[in-house]
Amino acid sequence: MSEKSYRDAIRDAMIEEMDRDANVLIMGEDIGVYEGTFRITAGMLKKYGPKRVIDTPIAEAGMAGTAVGMAMLGLRPIVEMMTMNFAIVAADQILNHAAKIRYFSGGQVDVPVVIRGPQGAGVQLSAQHSQTFESFYGHFPGLKVVAPATPADAKGMLKTAIRGRDPVIFLESAALYGMKGEVPDDADFTVPFGESRVVREGGDVTVVSYSRMMQLSLSAAQRLSKDENIECEVVDLRTLRPLDLEPAYTSVTKTHRCVVVQEQWKPFGAAAEIAASITENVFDELDAPVERVTGEDVPMPYARNLELLATPHEEQVMNAVKRVMYRE
Amino acid sequence: MAKQETESAAAVIDAVCAPDWTEILRQMILVRRFEEATEREFRRGKIGGYLHVYIGQEAVASGIISALRKGDILFTGYRDHAHALMLGSDPGRVMAELFGKSTGISKGKGGSMHLFDVEHGFYGGYGIVGGHLTLATGAAYALRYQGTDRITVCYFGDGAMNIGPFHEAMNMAGLWGHEGMAPIIFIIENNGYAMGTSVERHSALTDLAARVRAYDIPSEKVDGQDVFAVRGVAERVIRQVRENGTPYCIEAVTYRFSGHGAADILQPYRSKEEVEQHKHRDPIVILRNRLSELCGLKDDDVKRMEDAAAEEVARALKFAEESPQPEADELYRDVVAE
Ligand SMILES: Cc1ncc(C[n+]2csc(CCOP(=O)(O)OP(=O)(O)O)c2C)c(N)n1
Ligand SMILES: [Mg+2]
Repeated sequence: MSEKSYRDAIRDAMIEEMDRDANVLIMGEDIGVYEGTFRITAGMLKKYGPKRVIDTPIAEAGMAGTAVGMAMLGLRPIVEMMTMNFAIVAADQILNHAAKIRYFSGGQVDVPVVIRGPQGAGVQLSAQHSQTFESFYGHFPGLKVVAPATPADAKGMLKTAIRGRDPVIFLESAALYGMKGEVPDDADFTVPFGESRVVREGGDVTVVSYSRMMQLSLSAAQRLSKDENIECEVVDLRTLRPLDLEPAYTSVTKTHRCVVVQEQWKPFGAAAEIAASITENVFDELDAPVERVTGEDVPMPYARNLELLATPHEEQVMNAVKRVMYRE
Repeated sequence: MAKQETESAAAVIDAVCAPDWTEILRQMILVRRFEEATEREFRRGKIGGYLHVYIGQEAVASGIISALRKGDILFTGYRDHAHALMLGSDPGRVMAELFGKSTGISKGKGGSMHLFDVEHGFYGGYGIVGGHLTLATGAAYALRYQGTDRITVCYFGDGAMNIGPFHEAMNMAGLWGHEGMAPIIFIIENNGYAMGTSVERHSALTDLAARVRAYDIPSEKVDGQDVFAVRGVAERVIRQVRENGTPYCIEAVTYRFSGHGAADILQPYRSKEEVEQHKHRDPIVILRNRLSELCGLKDDDVKRMEDAAAEEVARALKFAEESPQPEADELYRDVVAE
């Protein structure tokens, strides 16, 4: 184990996989000479050369689409989106091509492309630069969608993504880049997709979340334990597609109460899918309706106070937990 | 002097009459009969969805595909039956795909717009106008990255030149060509229309070949009704692209004799006279006449080809008709690998 930042964990995963497999390459805007907007790829151009670290023009559709073509021919391209907000420009290439080629070709090709980049709010980037996309991509069959919350998961899941055979949307939390955590040193350490896990045990309320909101839920759980004597069981989904809700069902069977926390907007969001699935599968276990904590249903404002109002915070999670316990 | 001239003329005729050309004629006739059959089967309700046929444009596919090597790969849009057949896909399996049968070339999951046959170098078959140009450009990069001298051929229509990914793909191919990493030939099938919108009405600059030069991609126009002309350009360009890893664009000026798709019956955007006039330049007739004038191709030879094509299409139809539908559990197969 070594202590690593979330950022370095992502970087290490890419470097280890590029060392391991000559078919792995990375492309994106300003990832080479400029060394990356978030410096994740710093030094990689020098190490691997311009054929494997490709500075692209500002052409999100171009880079996503060419990467899909490379993947169909056996390469394993990683596309770094400067932020995931810009990947909307490449939506057709991702949703209508990457996600569907295996199917409409009757399984004749693999499409091992990884599209990764930061997302989320928190540093006053306002409406066009603060969004999260898990429900957007999670909607589409043919994609895998992951959103790691820890450095270890970031590394292990990125390696799984690169070694896989399908397109992966790898959603990084920009706000977590500096977060540190223990990461296994083993070069073959990987974290499988579709395996949620319980990150904190507790008997009173199940809190289901992922990515930065999982970290927020953990803090809320600690405060509830200390201040209110309430023990939350926190489930980290890690993968949104394929979605593994078994640990959540098991937990709800024990706690009979559930809160789902997401950063994105409430309508048609990931929490809606999760809450509906819990209701469908363990309805008889529930002693209260599933609560959702979400971002406010507005474009992200710039002013700091308004941005804080628009994004979920610990108190909202704590209040929701108390509500499902009828303790408010 | 006079003797020399006759000798060189003879040499040209020898080349013209090489057996390859009768094979090309045979293929073009087969594709024509195949497409006519699909139009009939669409009307009979055997083929669903959209159906876009290649009638009138055959020389654009055959002139280039016949000059490719095994290992070269091809991407195109939804007007894709001819490309698959000319690359060597089995007509029965192509027809079965159109019929939505399990024996189809894409297991009945793609249909007319998504033919796919990797074994023969056919990487699809795409339904979003212009969406595959980036894929083809990336595929070309991959072929060089892997150290091969294989090339990519990417077909698209005149209308596809107005959508964003066209420009992004062209610019990236132009750039990558500077490094010798873009062995790709872009082929504009300029059939004069994007559905019902003529080139004059959809492209600010109607010289389409000129437009790609903005991306440092050399280009030229060719008469797409004359397979000799297309093939001539193809041989030279393929050699160059294979050798240098640089992109090239060929604008094949052609015309589609049928409607845009099977549902385009009224065709209010063009007159019957216009269509009739273009039918005088039928690529199959042009090739046939050339071969009879110069190479002694007999009416009987053509008749034999016609009969063989009819038989082959009948066999394809029978195979498609008799093949089973996909099993219900196919529904969930091939969504993801694992
Ligand atoms: C992005 C997108 N917009 C619209 C369509 C509908 N559409 C299908 S074919 C077509 C015309 C394309 O014309 P062209 O590229 O010239 O090809 P052609 O059909 O003439 O071979 C249109 C508008 C589509 N499939 N994809
Ligand atoms: Mg057209």
